[in-house]
Amino acid sequence: MAFFDFIPQTGRRTLLTIPNLGAASRFLLSSLWNIFNRHFSMQQLFRQIYGFGVRSLILMVVAAFFTGMVLGFQGYYALVRFGATSALGTLVALSLLRELGPVLTALLFAGRAGSALTAEISSMKATEQLSAMEMMAVNPLAWVVAPRLWAGIIAVPILCAIFDLVGIFGGYLISVPVLGVDGGTFWAQMQSNVTFSGDILTGLLKALCFGVVVTWIAAWKGYTARPTAEGVGNATTLSVVTASLTVLGLDFILTALLFS
Amino acid sequence: METRAIDWWVGIFVLLGIAALIILALRVGNLSGFAYDDGYVLHANFNNVGSLKSRSPVKIGGVTIGEVTHIGMNPKTYMARVTMRIKPDIKLPIDTGASIYTQGLLGEQYIAIQPGGMPQNLKPGATITMTQGAVNIDQMIGQMVFSKAEGSSKSSGNQ
Repeated sequence: MAFFDFIPQTGRRTLLTIPNLGAASRFLLSSLWNIFNRHFSMQQLFRQIYGFGVRSLILMVVAAFFTGMVLGFQGYYALVRFGATSALGTLVALSLLRELGPVLTALLFAGRAGSALTAEISSMKATEQLSAMEMMAVNPLAWVVAPRLWAGIIAVPILCAIFDLVGIFGGYLISVPVLGVDGGTFWAQMQSNVTFSGDILTGLLKALCFGVVVTWIAAWKGYTARPTAEGVGNATTLSVVTASLTVLGLDFILTALLFS
Repeated sequence: METRAIDWWVGIFVLLGIAALIILALRVGNLSGFAYDDGYVLHANFNNVGSLKSRSPVKIGGVTIGEVTHIGMNPKTYMARVTMRIKPDIKLPIDTGASIYTQGLLGEQYIAIQPGGMPQNLKPGATITMTQGAVNIDQMIGQMVFSKAEGSSKSSGNQ
């Protein structure tokens, strides 16, 4: 009869999605609001920014560098047929600033920092550290969750700006010295086609949204994990999968909203 | 890790982010393009601006001396009205001409200024009257094909 369980299971899950989403939203807002709680610690916030931001830097820089170089190669291959290699700078810069920078930063961040965040919070739950805090009248949302959420929200746009810059530099290194595109044209075309508010800032705005979503999903999956060893593992997997898919879906909506 | 060291690292991280944003703004987004803010405004009417855009360059002999700030339309004459900003140290005589050219075959379009020889200079807000609009490649090819066809029919008629 296991097969027939599938049908009521689907209905039950669908119905549960709506109150879960509400509970997750309440969790997000009350955690963010807890920045004003007296148990919110700036030292914790800095510690988390260090863990999420500074320790992700090398990963981001290496990923950005190679992404930029590949963009340079592939863009050149496509453009050289039309004799339009002068547009290579524009192609590399716009692809990175608008799409690849924010999305890849968010995906890497979900894997590098989001998974660790989920594992940390869910194992705190499994070892009843969160309950212990409540016993001591310390709100775990203020002490544990809020610094991590704010750290993610602050770190992702900064990582994205660094990703964009390093990626464009990587694209430049392949285009100009290796493939022989004229350096002056590369920068001039880029500058005449990239706008500060329309491309750079909206890209960073995207990164900010992704930062909120990735840390939110990671913290929520950790906070609602079943308090067992298996639950911690499941929550960590689900956190990365859900965050990555949400980033990709949200990217489509944000692109349609911001760049149309 | 010690709290002091963490503060240092986070500070460096935030500074790196701000530096990246500034470099992006200046080197990639060309915020310094607003360097023409202190320039003066000139107008020019064209019958066809082609694919000229705001922020297209204005050049004399290939040297950029300003940029297009606005492209409008005169509803009475049906001419395109281009507003541009010119560097303040460039003074142009009143019989100056303006044409729209293309960089290379498919490149972006720009306004080329041909300075005249009159002693008086254009005042800020003045309009350049001697203009030549963008060349429409489709039209040119059409004319060429037409004239070829005409020429060959004439030569065959003479035989």
